[in-house]
Amino acid sequence: MTQWAPILTDEQRQAILQWKGDTVVLEVEAGHVKRFAEAIGDANPLYSDEVKARQSRYGGIIAPPTFLRAAGSTIPVVAALAGFDQILDAGSEWEYRETVRVGDVITSAMGVKSVATRRLAIGPSVFVVFEATYRNQFGQVVALQRSTLIRYRGAG
Amino acid sequence: MAATLYWDDVKEGQDLPPLVKKPTTQQLVKYAGASGDFYPIHYDKDFALANKLPGVILHGALKNAFLGQLVTDWIGEHGTLSKLSVQYRGMDVPGDTITGKGRVTKRYIQEGKHYVDCEIWLENGKGEKTTPGSATVILPSRSGE
Repeated sequence: MTQWAPILTDEQRQAILQWKGDTVVLEVEAGHVKRFAEAIGDANPLYSDEVKARQSRYGGIIAPPTFLRAAGSTIPVVAALAGFDQILDAGSEWEYRETVRVGDVITSAMGVKSVATRRLAIGPSVFVVFEATYRNQFGQVVALQRSTLIRYRGAG
Repeated sequence: MAATLYWDDVKEGQDLPPLVKKPTTQQLVKYAGASGDFYPIHYDKDFALANKLPGVILHGALKNAFLGQLVTDWIGEHGTLSKLSVQYRGMDVPGDTITGKGRVTKRYIQEGKHYVDCEIWLENGKGEKTTPGSATVILPSRSGE
């Protein structure tokens, strides 16, 4: 039986679990929301039409559900994952609590929920579940997002 | 905007109206700019090939957005998206036709709110489910409660 070296040491695993991301601030601007809606190909007037959005139950332009990703889309830099430089996004779970509107100032803070290792076709891989908490300027949690990222060794 | 979707009129097992998307490399670049996700596997073919991928691939988060739209188009202005989960099982590539589909799995009342759970997914042009997921929505009821 082949003896594999562990993909991560216990120290690396602990360091990943304790990782905290920098706080990211995103001001929700009308032009940005409109450009995001165009990019995803969603013509919903709630995201781009001031008149129709004002007449809606929201009373103004709101952001599409995954817009908050723009506040947390930089690749998390985790020192203990050095060498595992390539990334695949394995999935995301969103829990929405409050509407995100144009004019909101969203603060996102990210931490790590869990770490696992697997050997895949792309090589030894680390599955990290990150959790982002998005708050608005009133301190309300507007959304929680748990994302699973696969980190693996690429071409270098 | 579309007519209001009421909880009372939803049936378990019912299909959601499908959503067809034809992503292009241009759309990936637009999404990179709008989302701030500039990871090169989504626009640099040489980089993607060097990293063992078949070529540039769709951002997972863009596929997440497609599934979000599938649900919000269905529930309309008066419905509220409460939960949205997606798993990126298979890669999707620009030039393919991606179809969002869904089915109602459960309809229930909890703490006075009218909920519907759905399974949702994206299929590629070959009909393979690349991106399964689920969603929970809150809908208005005809009784107005």
